[in-house]
Amino acid sequence: MAARKPARAREPRPFTFYLLGGLMGLFLLFLYGPMVIIYLLSFQGPNGGVTFPMVGVSTKWFADIVKPGQMANIPVSFGRSIELAVVVCILTVVISFAAGLGFRRRFPGAALLFYIAIASLVMPSLLVGFGIGLGFQMLDLPQGLFTSALGAQLTWTLPFGLLTMFAVVARFNRSYEEAATDLGATPWQRLRWVTIPILLPGIIGVAVGAFTLSYDEYARTTLTIGSYNTLPLEIYALISSDSTPVLFAIGTVTTAVSFLLIGVTLVFITRMQRRRRVRI
Amino acid sequence: MDASPAEMARLAGQRPPRPRRRLPPWAISWIQVSPLALILFVLFAAPTGLFAVVSFFDYDRVGIYPAFLLDNYKDLFTTPATWRIYVSSLRFAVIVWAITLFLGFNIAQFLVFHVRTARVRILLFMLCAIPFWTSAIIRTIAWIPFLGRNGAFNTMLMELHLASHPLDFLLFSDFSVILTYVHLYTLLMIGPIANSLSKIDPALLEAARDSGASRFQILRWIVIPLARTGIALGSILVFTQVMGDYFVVKRMSGGQSASIVSALSTEIQAMQYPPASANAVVLVVFVAILVGLMMRVVDVRKELVS
Repeated sequence: MAARKPARAREPRPFTFYLLGGLMGLFLLFLYGPMVIIYLLSFQGPNGGVTFPMVGVSTKWFADIVKPGQMANIPVSFGRSIELAVVVCILTVVISFAAGLGFRRRFPGAALLFYIAIASLVMPSLLVGFGIGLGFQMLDLPQGLFTSALGAQLTWTLPFGLLTMFAVVARFNRSYEEAATDLGATPWQRLRWVTIPILLPGIIGVAVGAFTLSYDEYARTTLTIGSYNTLPLEIYALISSDSTPVLFAIGTVTTAVSFLLIGVTLVFITRMQRRRRVRI
Repeated sequence: MDASPAEMARLAGQRPPRPRRRLPPWAISWIQVSPLALILFVLFAAPTGLFAVVSFFDYDRVGIYPAFLLDNYKDLFTTPATWRIYVSSLRFAVIVWAITLFLGFNIAQFLVFHVRTARVRILLFMLCAIPFWTSAIIRTIAWIPFLGRNGAFNTMLMELHLASHPLDFLLFSDFSVILTYVHLYTLLMIGPIANSLSKIDPALLEAARDSGASRFQILRWIVIPLARTGIALGSILVFTQVMGDYFVVKRMSGGQSASIVSALSTEIQAMQYPPASANAVVLVVFVAILVGLMMRVVDVRKELVS
């Protein structure tokens, strides 16, 4: 491969490369342009409004988020969102990892379960929440963060986790497992020392995905949350009532939390892969 | 090879190990998938069945009553607003599908066929994927300061003397709704299509080129047919997201139009559960038919699980 590389690099690029590359660049601009504007506007001066021009620069709107008063619900709901996301993340990883392993063999009902998972993924989200909320109401069960809302979010993160696990498991060479068995490993030892370490990057991918999907979830949660809102629900309520840059400040902060998580994970996975390469 | 461990131990003159009852492979699979199955049945299949049942119930201002009435459906289908909302949602879905398919397919092509190093490919793919992991609500409202009358885009046009007065159609219009959908959902096309394209053996394309196929012929007869799983999967995801949209139309159309789900949520807030359920059943059946048609094109399951 290494010997071929210089020869390939000298090959002239076809015109479609520039065409598609241009499209890619424009798409990235389109993807990030509006986001950058709200990040900028969240540093709007104290007398500025929700559009340009910037009237000075300040961090007033960030301070407003944590100031006791009309925004008091934001820090609390942020805490709730994080708690829920952690629980959703752990359950999604464990359950979809087990299911991903289960789907490697044929078993009666595999097709049915697969289609139910797909249906759960593509079902209009609000309807899932509606069904669960209705069920809880009719059975007189208490609706709340770790009952109905947790359940509603799992119907969204589990199919996502399962599909990711399919992609991860498909690239997994089973002869490693066979070798472990041949060398006398028990099924648990094989899982603990062979399967999980090899699949770890994919598992971490599922964890980050589940966490962020839960942390940003709105449509499935809104009808199942009971009386205490998560952060996205608070933000949604604010959109209609508040027209100051504080909304953008919240947007900047929540995006920063997501980015931080993704960044830490990427660094972690890259390090892990580099270390493995060295070891081999 | 035929001797079991127990027989081998006996032949070697040792005590046979404790006989272990081994489960058949399908039973192990069942145990492994059982938590998933349990959650999806209890929290997805059962509630869906529940609102299908409730859609036939009777109701008044104070409660709902078990019955078998078709009135909720009759009311739904005889309301002109229902048809109008379905037509407008379907129109949005088709337009957004066409745009995201074009963008998604070409970007996936660039990532898979034109980017030469894996490092750059992963970097570019992450750049496309990262916004997807951030709040859809924030990404929706992010367009408002950009497109508004005094927004960044209009200001830029005026400063460059490309427009004499601010363009009004940019925000709170069909245009802004479509733009937001494309912004939110293009990744759902890029991912599956890139996955399909990366499975194409480069030797196949080289062989076609050597046999004198033009760029267009390769695209038409090799790349697109082999990418059809990804195209179908991406189409299903984009279509269902737009048909099930709750807040984009509500926020970005300026209240001129509603989406199917936001109309339904109005009924839920009014505690009119039976008509809301009937509405939900119709939407689910409609989406299921669309997805079913797209699944006919490819066996998504076979391609994914194998």
